[in-house]
Amino acid sequence: MLKITNLHASIDNKTILKGVNLEVKAGEVHAIMGPNGSGKSTLASVIAGKEDYEVLKGKITFEGQDIADLAPEDRAHKGIFMSFQYPIEIPGVTVTNFIKTAINETRKAKGLNDMPANKMLKLIRDKAELLEIDRRFLSRSLNQGFSGGEKKRNEIFQMAMLEPKLAILDETDSGLDIDALRIVANGVNKLKSKDNAVVVITHYQRLLDYIIPDFVHVIYDGKIVKSGTKELAHELEEKGYDWIKEEVNA
Amino acid sequence: MGKYTEDDLREELKTQEYEYGFYTDIESDTFPKGLNEGVVRAISKKKNEPEWMTEWRLEAFRIWEKMDEPEWANVTYKKPDFQDISYYSAPKSVDPNKTLDDVDEDLLAMYKKLGISIDEQKKMNNIAIDIIVDSVSVATTFKKTLEEKGIIFCPISEAIQEHPELVKKYMGTIVPRTDNFYAALNSAVFTDGSFCYIPKGIKCPMELSTYFRINEGGTGQFERTLLIADEGSYVSYLEGCTAPSRDENQLHAAVVELIALDDAEIKYSTVQNWYPGNAEGKGGVYNFVTKRGLCENNAKISWTQVETGSAITWKYPSCILKGDNSVGEFYSIAVTNNYQQADTGTKMIHLGKNTKSTIISKGISAGKSQNSYRGLVQIHSRAKNARNFSQCDSLLMGNECGAHTFPYIEVKNKSAQIEHEATTSKIGEDQIFYCNQRGIDTEKAIALIVNGFSKDVLNKLPMEFAVEAQKLLEISLEGSVG
Repeated sequence: MLKITNLHASIDNKTILKGVNLEVKAGEVHAIMGPNGSGKSTLASVIAGKEDYEVLKGKITFEGQDIADLAPEDRAHKGIFMSFQYPIEIPGVTVTNFIKTAINETRKAKGLNDMPANKMLKLIRDKAELLEIDRRFLSRSLNQGFSGGEKKRNEIFQMAMLEPKLAILDETDSGLDIDALRIVANGVNKLKSKDNAVVVITHYQRLLDYIIPDFVHVIYDGKIVKSGTKELAHELEEKGYDWIKEEVNA
Repeated sequence: MGKYTEDDLREELKTQEYEYGFYTDIESDTFPKGLNEGVVRAISKKKNEPEWMTEWRLEAFRIWEKMDEPEWANVTYKKPDFQDISYYSAPKSVDPNKTLDDVDEDLLAMYKKLGISIDEQKKMNNIAIDIIVDSVSVATTFKKTLEEKGIIFCPISEAIQEHPELVKKYMGTIVPRTDNFYAALNSAVFTDGSFCYIPKGIKCPMELSTYFRINEGGTGQFERTLLIADEGSYVSYLEGCTAPSRDENQLHAAVVELIALDDAEIKYSTVQNWYPGNAEGKGGVYNFVTKRGLCENNAKISWTQVETGSAITWKYPSCILKGDNSVGEFYSIAVTNNYQQADTGTKMIHLGKNTKSTIISKGISAGKSQNSYRGLVQIHSRAKNARNFSQCDSLLMGNECGAHTFPYIEVKNKSAQIEHEATTSKIGEDQIFYCNQRGIDTEKAIALIVNGFSKDVLNKLPMEFAVEAQKLLEISLEGSVG
């Protein structure tokens, strides 16, 4: 589904990614771990198409198509979703209005008409229930005055509504207490299927107790330096990242 | 490259034509340029006005001659040459006996382009429209239905003939001829406008609506609106404006007077999209408008405006809260783009006891434009327990525009409660990217963010106009992020 080959990317003339290789297939869950500043969030932003980043070298293909030149909204239309580490506030725009716009814009890109209002309402109701979201929450302004947990849950709600093929969860666990973490992780698990894939980007292992990865990759200094199964995550939890750094620098 | 960069957006915005920039070729009857007592008399004669009206105009002209154009507003422009303007222009094909069906086809086509199909509006929106092209009212609809309730809704020229007692009693009482330069000018040369009277205890069953439009080149438009809501009555009134694009600047100096007698309520909504000038700041309408309302006991006046047009806007719809327990409201969205300049706001004059006013102003600036809120809240000494709440929010797009707030507060009674809140924010690239990531392109994202920002005011508009206003915001700001 997603194939990244020798990806180099920079921001403000500073090279962050220095040759990332990664392949994610449908039905898989990948975790990308690494110390602060190693390039985890950059990787997510580059896949999503944030324009501040410049791709210097390498290739990103999604379902066989090179997407490096696509606008972020076009990538979204193809089924790439990114859950933000810091979801953005849009005052005066309700969660419902926002997600309705997102869905209809995506439909428009595919040559479909707007989703009928009653169908939209039912979908919202179903997904809110699935993720245990109070419906009053849906008429609040997007992310404005939301707690950390509400923001992340809202991200997962949008993911549920948009039904992406590839979901990248960027530090979804940061700022969450254990209850919020469990709710968010349960949501992700409920949405998982053999047709979609999830990339979990995290600093800590604890989210991976709830979302069990098939593969764990360690990114360090802009490269994936180690890959393994979920055991690798436990090892990192125990030993920290220093031994990886030493291995790389040796 | 499939990427749509901000530079592309900026370019697209610059080349974007004014939506309503077409010119209808209707033969019109236009005075030669220039202004003197003779021209004032000629306008009055053209309209078959009674002597008292002619004298009233002449007095205004004499006052105007002694006045200077105000310079305190935060706008810069080349002052109009008042001798280089034609003060009267009427489409020649107008015949007062015509019904709607007889209206000139070109005119009707023009309305269509503007999106005002009269019949459609009549049927679907239940709105009576008094359409003003240049200076003469062309078609008044729904008159019969209104007449049954005793409501008078007609061109002001007609009211001068048919209801002189009401016009004499109220015209110039809220905005006197001496009020300001443009009000004096308007009083001397106004050619038409709307008149409305709602009798005691009557709730007007439909929204009353006027569309103004400047058509002829080199003509100024000076409409005059007088709206009287008698005791215990209610009316909701909407005016919309458009002007075709022209290279030279066109002058528009209107006067609107509202009178809400005891227990009456007036809701006055404006959607203004006069031609704003092109991307280089050439052309566009100079909009110098005086709007003011008077509230007697327990009366309420609510001004709602969506201002997206004009090269220069100078406009402060105000409320004089004379009666006890009277309420004044001002809800405003002002959008400026390219080289537009707006200096707009309100005055809330609290004279009576327990008077209340609310001001919500949303300014949106893009391009190289300047957008100023200017507001006065004045609590007089006998205005016990007066309350005001003001909120002025500015939204900026790009780094070349400006937003300014000039709040004036004068309190002469200790029991007053005044609250003022102000915020300034910028549409961030992060907000845009967040929307993009969810499949919403940049243009739509801006529209979404701007609509969210303006929501408190859009909600105050009558339903059907809120939709129109929302569209207008999108058109005015397409691709203006920087």
